[in-house]
Amino acid sequence: MMTSMVMLVLAAFLASAVEAVEAFTLVLAVGVTRGWRSTLMGAGTATLTLAAVIAAFGPALALMPIDALRVMVGTLLLIFGLQWLRKAILRAGGYKALRDEDAYYLAERAAARAAGLTLHAGMDWYAFTLAFKGVFLEGLEVAFIVLTFGTSQGSIPLAVLGAGLALVLVMIVGVLVHEPLRQVPENTMKFAVGVMLTTFGIFWSVEGTGIEWPGADGALLGILVVLTLVSLGLVAVLRWLHARHALHTASTAGMGA
Amino acid sequence: MTYVKHFVLFWYDFIVGDDWIVAAGVVVALIVSAALARRDRHAWWVMLVAVVVLLAASLWRETRRSR
Repeated sequence: MMTSMVMLVLAAFLASAVEAVEAFTLVLAVGVTRGWRSTLMGAGTATLTLAAVIAAFGPALALMPIDALRVMVGTLLLIFGLQWLRKAILRAGGYKALRDEDAYYLAERAAARAAGLTLHAGMDWYAFTLAFKGVFLEGLEVAFIVLTFGTSQGSIPLAVLGAGLALVLVMIVGVLVHEPLRQVPENTMKFAVGVMLTTFGIFWSVEGTGIEWPGADGALLGILVVLTLVSLGLVAVLRWLHARHALHTASTAGMGA
Repeated sequence: MTYVKHFVLFWYDFIVGDDWIVAAGVVVALIVSAALARRDRHAWWVMLVAVVVLLAASLWRETRRSR
């Protein structure tokens, strides 16, 4: 039980931290370029909307029978987690570009500067909408994780705690440094979140069908270890394929010259 | 109609993402697990093996596309 609780908080924390860093970059770019009032109102409204989504769906999901809930939520989480893990492995293997907060920040600033400034009722609705959309879309993944983890484990407050801690931490650091948080190892964190989501997804979906895991909740650690090793192995294979392909392309170009 | 279509596409992209075969494979593995659960309550390995195979196959397809 303790293992699953720790992993629950850790997964919610890491997922929330990654998404908060990305949302922070956008909010910073819009705020610095177009002013803070409308930007912060947009970001704040999105955060409240997400909190309302969790508050509305959490109790409703908790009413479902636990086995049906775990099959449904576990399957969704597994499919969602595999998407994260697949992208993280492709990034680490060199087949997908790593996210660059500086480049993203500069692009968002340029776009925010290029858009005309029109005030309605004292509000810059462009800044409001951009901040709302950015925070809402990044936060929706966190809300999804909090709801699925929280209901399946029977502890939404614990998942909210993990996600909330990350959000507060990113906000404090962001306000202090006042620039994109490029030092955060985002891609490594996404890899870890992908492995954790997939681990919980496998565990809950299978448990919901009536199958017993050896060692009960302790099986989570076993799945986590297996998935981590397999994923690292796949990264190594992809890196080797990528290097071989680059070498082949270079030698072909050399022969053509 | 356009609104509903966009709504459905958004959630499809949000949950399923780039490779629908992975999602379909997970559902098939779950059905197999549920069927086996009636006779063998220790068939936990089915989903684990399915996930490893589906992930590796999906990555293989992606690397082939990238060449």
